[in-house]
Amino acid sequence: MFKKQILLSARLGSCQALNPFRANAVSRFYASGKAVALTADTYSDKVQRDSKYKKLDEKDLLFFRDILKDGNYMISNEQDLEFYNEDWMRKYKGQSQLVLKPKTTEQVSEIMKYCNAQKLAVVPQGGNTGLVGGSIPVFDEIILSLSNMNKIRSFDSVSGILKCDAGVILENADNFLAENGYIFPLDLGAKGSCHVGGVCATNAGGLRLLRYGSLHGTVLGLEAVLPDGTIYSSIDALRKDNTGYDFKQLLIGSEGTLGVITGVSILCPSRPTSTNVAFLAVSSYETVQKVFVGARKELSEILSAFEFMDGKSQLLTGRYLKADHPIESGDYPFYVLIETSGSNRDHDMEKLETFLANAMEEGLVDDGIIAQDEAQSQSLWSWRESIPEASAHDGGVYKYDVSIPLKDLYGLVEAAETKLNEANLVDIDSNDKPVVGAIGYGHLGDGNLHLNVCVREYNKNIEKTLEPFVYEWIQEKQGSISAEHGLGFQKKNYIGYSKSDVEIKLIKDIKNHYDPNGILNPYKYV
Amino acid sequence: MSSKLKILVPLKRVIDFATKPRINKAGTGVETTGVKFSMNPFCDIALEESLRIREANKDIVEKIHAVSIGPTKAQDILRTALAKGADTSTLVDVGNEEVEPLIVAKLLQKVVEKEQSNLIILGKQAIDDDANQTGQILAGLLNWPQATNASKVEIDGTKVTVTREVDGGSDTLSAELPMIITADLRLNEPRYATLPNVMKAKKKPLEKLKSSDLGVELVSRLETLKVEEPPARAAGVKVGSVDELVSKLKEVKAI
Ligand SMILES: Cc1cc2nc3c(=O)[nH]c(=O)nc-3n(C[C@H](O)[C@H](O)[C@H](O)COP(=O)(O)OP(=O)(O)OC[C@H]3O[C@@H](n4cnc5c(N)ncnc54)[C@H](O)[C@@H]3O)c2cc1C
Repeated sequence: MFKKQILLSARLGSCQALNPFRANAVSRFYASGKAVALTADTYSDKVQRDSKYKKLDEKDLLFFRDILKDGNYMISNEQDLEFYNEDWMRKYKGQSQLVLKPKTTEQVSEIMKYCNAQKLAVVPQGGNTGLVGGSIPVFDEIILSLSNMNKIRSFDSVSGILKCDAGVILENADNFLAENGYIFPLDLGAKGSCHVGGVCATNAGGLRLLRYGSLHGTVLGLEAVLPDGTIYSSIDALRKDNTGYDFKQLLIGSEGTLGVITGVSILCPSRPTSTNVAFLAVSSYETVQKVFVGARKELSEILSAFEFMDGKSQLLTGRYLKADHPIESGDYPFYVLIETSGSNRDHDMEKLETFLANAMEEGLVDDGIIAQDEAQSQSLWSWRESIPEASAHDGGVYKYDVSIPLKDLYGLVEAAETKLNEANLVDIDSNDKPVVGAIGYGHLGDGNLHLNVCVREYNKNIEKTLEPFVYEWIQEKQGSISAEHGLGFQKKNYIGYSKSDVEIKLIKDIKNHYDPNGILNPYKYV
Repeated sequence: MSSKLKILVPLKRVIDFATKPRINKAGTGVETTGVKFSMNPFCDIALEESLRIREANKDIVEKIHAVSIGPTKAQDILRTALAKGADTSTLVDVGNEEVEPLIVAKLLQKVVEKEQSNLIILGKQAIDDDANQTGQILAGLLNWPQATNASKVEIDGTKVTVTREVDGGSDTLSAELPMIITADLRLNEPRYATLPNVMKAKKKPLEKLKSSDLGVELVSRLETLKVEEPPARAAGVKVGSVDELVSKLKEVKAI
């Protein structure tokens, strides 16, 4: 798996530059230099500030200062606030005047209790890598950043249970586990920035879901502060516990609307000692599915990732990385990245090579490469993991992260491209058109497609062409309008395309029960 | 000597450069169980250069022969080399024995004689022991001209010109074949082995020899006394003011 490691310095000295892509972890990346428009302006037809929320005043600041003990844990100057007010895609921008960075669960509790009493709206923020505008305020909500709660609490090397603060960066957690021979059961392109708490709050899926399942299975317990300041904790839960409602499941995927997650307990598998990566060129989407069926059957227990990418996504990634594609024999309509993880290199390699040889023989695969070492593995992964950055590189990106039955999955990209072409909005090379192109890629193994419409600027015309068209298309195919990124601000009004009235009512009931004042992450979710 | 090139590329199997080496419990070396091994990156660059020479100079290369001195498992990197384009290969199986550069060079000398090679391209060093000696010792044993740390190689008939990066500029050497070149990091960027070639490589020749077949005895002149981690970096301190910074720096005699 793609990983960043600290090398013994003596070893590194002479070969530091061997892998041009090793610093791929997403830190803070900017799509373009253009200023981001305020969400409140762009979407003034959609939302207005609710006057029931109090506006921040001097007294509040004094109170928070008193709780946090130290001015360094509060941010209120314009320039520093910007980082917290803008989202990763540079599509949304809030106007918060205050960021609070507590260090303890008790501080979070006191903050929430006060905000609830005062009706001050709050947005919990992790690594701010969310892709649906959920992690930043819409208006002047206070930002509660978990980034100072960044300690590993404990690790049990027999059971593999990791307990940590919510603000631990995913990659740090995984590096810590690697030292102990374990692996975090979730991995995604934003690992260098996103938080363990953040991935739980969004129920992120990512690159290892195929192998290790969703967080609903691997998270054993959570510690969270409810809107009224109550501290809930199931962090000491064991793997098997059938006593009462499993409340933490509601928090997983609640996107900061139900409670502030402050601690996480998660069951980690032992780290595979042998991983192999192959990158394949495939001529059609039908064939991609055949390769997938074959991979599942022949690689079975060692298959750990099956990612597919269309030709255009690779073209844009090549432009962004300023590199030639690793498959040099030509441009192909589709590419597949297969990863195996196991404990016996010879066994795994033999399986992989047999599978690939068969796939070549049957004409399913046109060309392909197998990484010979870790550097090549990482570099191949970068052709998958850099797509999100590449897709936003020309100015911005409209992201649709959807689940659709496999046979129809790629049809959405073609439909979107056709629709945009009809509206005469697309040109991959010319700056005269606002849209660069529609690309598709994703975790095919999980029936999950990322449709990214790469644009040179965000504009209403593009958005109107795509929405609700995309959502209607998905509904017709019985898909989900958000497979893993969640609802956030972007998809708030579209939940009806994937959930029934009964389901939506139940969600609203729960929200109103735990957050009657609606202070947690308002204007979003449902 | 015929003007056709018979290139020999020696390859070493080492712990993958991206994995963090751990010292074994006895403190006598690096832990090797459960650790990923790959081709030494500099050897990969040497191999790549031999392939590029063949591609850039039509019909001038008669053969590229890869050789590895190492455990049976070193076959894996030879297969990779064959997949990338080496024509034939030899494994000199020395088991798990660590072999010192002098012995490696002696074994290579025998292979050179056997293969009648007239151009040897090696990595400048292996990233495990960082010895940076094999190419040079081999040049001495064969009494051939050598150009170490090459960043550019040009061939014109039997004349080889090599550019090396040196402090403050570059150094250009040229010599007639036969010759030894050791490869530096910036010489090229190695390719990937493509799937069709990986399959074909399974049928390419891989000869297996023991050191005794080459009449070389595996003796060690050096004894490793101890292997240690570099000392951990001490944590930094936060200072509240410039004055405090200055006084702290003075304290540790940094200014
Ligand atoms: C390059 C890139 C690749 C990505 N790949 C994937 C992928 O493969 N799969 C996938 O599922 N997602 C992916 N994502 C999106 C994914 O949702 C986020 O990266 C991640 O899950 C969010 O974590 P974060 O800490 O940055 O949370 P943020 O972005 O800060 O917050 C996201 C949401 O969670 C809430 N939240 C955050 N922390 C807490 C907390 N402690 N308590 C309560 N609520 C909280 C916020 O209010 C917000 O609504 C990707 C994003 C990027 C930029």
